Amino acid sequence: MATLLEQVQVDTELRPAVAGRNPWAFAARRLWRNRIAMAALLLFVVIVVMCLAAPLYANHVAHVNPFVPNLNGHTVVNGKVVPVMQQGGGILKLGETPIGPTWDPSHYFLGADSTGRDVAALLLYGGRSSLLIGIGSAVICSLLATVIALIAGFFGGVTDSIASRIMDVIWAFPVFLLAICIGTELLTHSSGFQLGPLHVDPTSLWLPTLIIAFIYIPYVYRPMRGQVLSVVNKEFVEAATAQGSGNLRLIFSEILPNVVSTVIVLMPLMIATTILTESALSFLGVGVQPPNVSWGTLIQDGTDLVYTRPWVTIAPGLMILLTVLSLNVLGDGVRDALDPRAKLRVEG
Amino acid sequence: MLTFIIRRLLWTVLVMFVITVVVFILFFKTPGVDPARALAGRSPNPQTLAEIRAQLGLGRPFPIEYGIMMKKIFITRDLVSYSNQGVRVVQEVFAATPATLSLVFGAAVLWVVMAIGVGIAAALLRGTIFDPLIMVVALVGVSAPVFWVGQIVNMVSQGTLHSTFLFSWVPPLGYTPFTQSPALWFKGLVLPWITLSILYIGFYGRVLRANLLEVQNEDYVRTARAKGISERRVLLRHTLRTSMITFVSLFGLDFAALVAGGALLTEVVFGIHGVGYLTWQGLENLDLPTIMATTIYGAFFIVLVNAIVDIGYAWLDPRIRPT
Repeated sequence: MATLLEQVQVDTELRPAVAGRNPWAFAARRLWRNRIAMAALLLFVVIVVMCLAAPLYANHVAHVNPFVPNLNGHTVVNGKVVPVMQQGGGILKLGETPIGPTWDPSHYFLGADSTGRDVAALLLYGGRSSLLIGIGSAVICSLLATVIALIAGFFGGVTDSIASRIMDVIWAFPVFLLAICIGTELLTHSSGFQLGPLHVDPTSLWLPTLIIAFIYIPYVYRPMRGQVLSVVNKEFVEAATAQGSGNLRLIFSEILPNVVSTVIVLMPLMIATTILTESALSFLGVGVQPPNVSWGTLIQDGTDLVYTRPWVTIAPGLMILLTVLSLNVLGDGVRDALDPRAKLRVEG
Repeated sequence: MLTFIIRRLLWTVLVMFVITVVVFILFFKTPGVDPARALAGRSPNPQTLAEIRAQLGLGRPFPIEYGIMMKKIFITRDLVSYSNQGVRVVQEVFAATPATLSLVFGAAVLWVVMAIGVGIAAALLRGTIFDPLIMVVALVGVSAPVFWVGQIVNMVSQGTLHSTFLFSWVPPLGYTPFTQSPALWFKGLVLPWITLSILYIGFYGRVLRANLLEVQNEDYVRTARAKGISERRVLLRHTLRTSMITFVSLFGLDFAALVAGGALLTEVVFGIHGVGYLTWQGLENLDLPTIMATTIYGAFFIVLVNAIVDIGYAWLDPRIRPT
């Protein structure tokens, strides 16, 4: 080729400027290509759909009302009509034992529990509660923590000090004990609780959701605040200020889009954590209250039957395991997709 | 350094104070709940209620109520559980501590050793099929609810396979103090130790592996390799040390949280009468004095260990002191 100028002219003609692509699109494509994460997402979606379809299953497939004890009921096993509570079953052959798994989807698929209710239907209904509370509290927690982190990080100074100190104090509490304390106070006083004109029914699912959301706010707040602080002094924020942006616009149009990836990476992990916390609280009796069921309460119910009818205990725990596992794998995949540098570093 | 320590300890005292105030408000000032009735447990008679009101000075101004309760918990330590026939709760908490400490110490030893092994193995075997395999197993460990694993372990060891050689040595559920019978103490704690550590082995194994691999790209590692040091030696002598910093600080916090009552679930499932079990019993009976005492002492322990970990961290790494 001839002179440098001619070279540059040829290059710019042959290779026009490439239009910038949205980084979110890149991240989404990286995630899509991650087969394992996609499989985990599929598993999670399947579980959610199954649990949402609980009323469908209970009414149309199994024809039971899983909330009503069925001590004197009968069901069909291998074509024969048998009572749901059988005399002298189990290892010791004493007393009454509910029937075990029949592996027949329309008749007590996983057997019955100690009051004759269909375990499979209860499992799906329990999944509804657990997933609702898990996802709801994770979303509420992330929202609140992000807002507080944005305000604290943006305004800095006294606001930041106060917010961070309050978060430190909440976090200094053993998380689980705090949830137990609040749960005991609010949930086990059967007259519900009165806050001015607002009366909250103690069996409402809102109470566990809000309790769990509250105790994890500091956990999300810390990384969010770190991200906000690292963005707030950047030049583009200064440029936007110079252009006359008000504070609200600065926070939501300049800073928020740059910190939201932290929340997205944290979200599957938070949902996994909240599901585990909810199941533990329900197991202890300070989470979901009867007549509602959740996977945790089912495990507690199965404690008496653990030697004779183990599936009453195994099934809900297995569901929790699969749900949390899929969320963890998905979370790893999302983190790798949004921060490819981390992945490259790990590959070494 | 000294100013840092003093500031940190002052902050600790402040946090402890706030914790006691919060617990007090939570139990005594929840709107719509009468504290005397709540304290008295189930179906109280008016005599007990009046007695409680007199003893705790309920109805008097807030700071006086608070002061009386704090005195009962810390100074005179004669806070009494009304639903449990006047048992002194603070003494009960202290009596239950050895069981919890045995459980948590044993589990901690197990999980530290195993997590280091798992983390190193995964890092060494990076590139082969074993690395993702180990990580998946670790992930399953993190995803299983600990009380459910305990139930399954119980089911297998006490029920299904109890008569086989695998589990015939397992004693009935419960805790035997070391001074009473060391062999039984050990045998009764093996399965709880394993159950409790599964969760933490998974978590710490992954953390250690991530740290080890992250450190591989540091310059001093490159120097070590350039000097001709074998890969294994580089891993064990150079990268492991740095990675252990995060490991140790996380460990301190988790250990404190477990002793303070986080081992509640394991204790309940295996029938070990530790601090967590006490808390749970208090929950079952709505025995507020017990719950208050365990929560406050538990929270104090955690705050104290946090402070010690922070001070130790600042001593080890001078860069972080000014905070």
